[in-house]
Amino acid sequence: MATEEHGSGLQIHPMDQFVVKPLFGDGPIEWYTPTNVTLWMGIAVLAMIALLVLSTRRRAIVPSRGQSVAELFYGFIHKMVEDVAGHEGLKFFPYVMTLFMFVFLSNMLGLIPMSFTTTSHIAVTAVLALLVFLTVTLVGFYRKGIGFLGMFWVSSAPLILRPILAVIELISYFVRPLSHSIRLGGNLMAGHAVIKVFAGFAGAMGVASVVPIAAIAAIYGLELLVAAVQAYVFTILTCVYLRDAVGEAHH
Amino acid sequence: MATEAHGEAGKAVGMPQLDFSTWPNQIFWLLVTLVVIYFVLSKIALPRIGAVLADRKSTITNDLAAAEELKQKAVAAEKAYNDALANARTEAAKIVAQAKAEIQKDLDAATAKADAEIAAKAAESEKTIAAIRDGAAQAVAEVAKDVAGELVAALGGKADAATVTAAVSARLKG
Repeated sequence: MATEEHGSGLQIHPMDQFVVKPLFGDGPIEWYTPTNVTLWMGIAVLAMIALLVLSTRRRAIVPSRGQSVAELFYGFIHKMVEDVAGHEGLKFFPYVMTLFMFVFLSNMLGLIPMSFTTTSHIAVTAVLALLVFLTVTLVGFYRKGIGFLGMFWVSSAPLILRPILAVIELISYFVRPLSHSIRLGGNLMAGHAVIKVFAGFAGAMGVASVVPIAAIAAIYGLELLVAAVQAYVFTILTCVYLRDAVGEAHH
Repeated sequence: MATEAHGEAGKAVGMPQLDFSTWPNQIFWLLVTLVVIYFVLSKIALPRIGAVLADRKSTITNDLAAAEELKQKAVAAEKAYNDALANARTEAAKIVAQAKAEIQKDLDAATAKADAEIAAKAAESEKTIAAIRDGAAQAVAEVAKDVAGELVAALGGKADAATVTAAVSARLKG
């Protein structure tokens, strides 16, 4: 593919890195086909196991380095769930931890050159966000019954404003999965595409390509930050939404 | 060929993310991944880390309690040591005072004895000296009487012994 187009001057395909390809052969992509998505999600699972299971197998009172890192992740997310979603939210700690570890590791693995970033795909982030949305909605109705709708009725506002606020709250509630997923996927896709564009410049500029290479180094640092921050943001928003379902009304 | 087509389609619309033909595949593998991660975390990793953290917390609490206890013991031991030291000091001072008093008594007794001995010896010596002196005076008087009697006889006088003795005695007293 790339070789065919090489002849026609400066050709940058920043989006090629996001193409989903079968791992074996060239067949059509069915729902069960092992693809690069499968490969990199599998690597994320292995990284998670190495990070949280293998490193803690000695169960040391005085932790090794790997165990300290695992405990750091545990403590960080545990505290986040407890602080943001409340004590009741701790039932969802494994769920939130699953989301965080998947997003964080996928973001980080995506920064390895030539890798595939699963979380840059709207399909993936949309499913993650919809899972959160459905969980919050179902748990909210299950625990509070019809009272869950009370969060749309802002009782602290003047009565005359409440219907208007209810409409706004309702819209914002349903926009949540959209913003939740696009924030994550968009950030990662944009960052990776920018790196690829600069890489294309670097290939075409001869000696002057030190400039785009320096830019790539800088953007790569920024992307590391984005990868961590977006995983954090996704997780803390999940906790904030969970509080609507399990905590006392926050209005 | 299909990959080609997908790749071309991805480039054509600009975003492979919007190539919906790959969505079922991604969603399927994502759900598999999430289920695997969830089970590994909730069955193995999280209980294990939670147990380790709880263990550590209780160990630290126990150690702190033990340290507090040991500290109390150390304080008590220090107090006992100081008390013992103070006792020993007063005891020592008492013993020193007693010894001093005894020595003083012995010294006083020895001094008194020595004084008494010295006084006795001095008295004896005085007596001896007095005796010697008396003896000497008597001898002088006798010699003087004899010499006076001889002188009177040599000068041709006749003197009876009583007169000469009285004269010499008068002279000796004067």
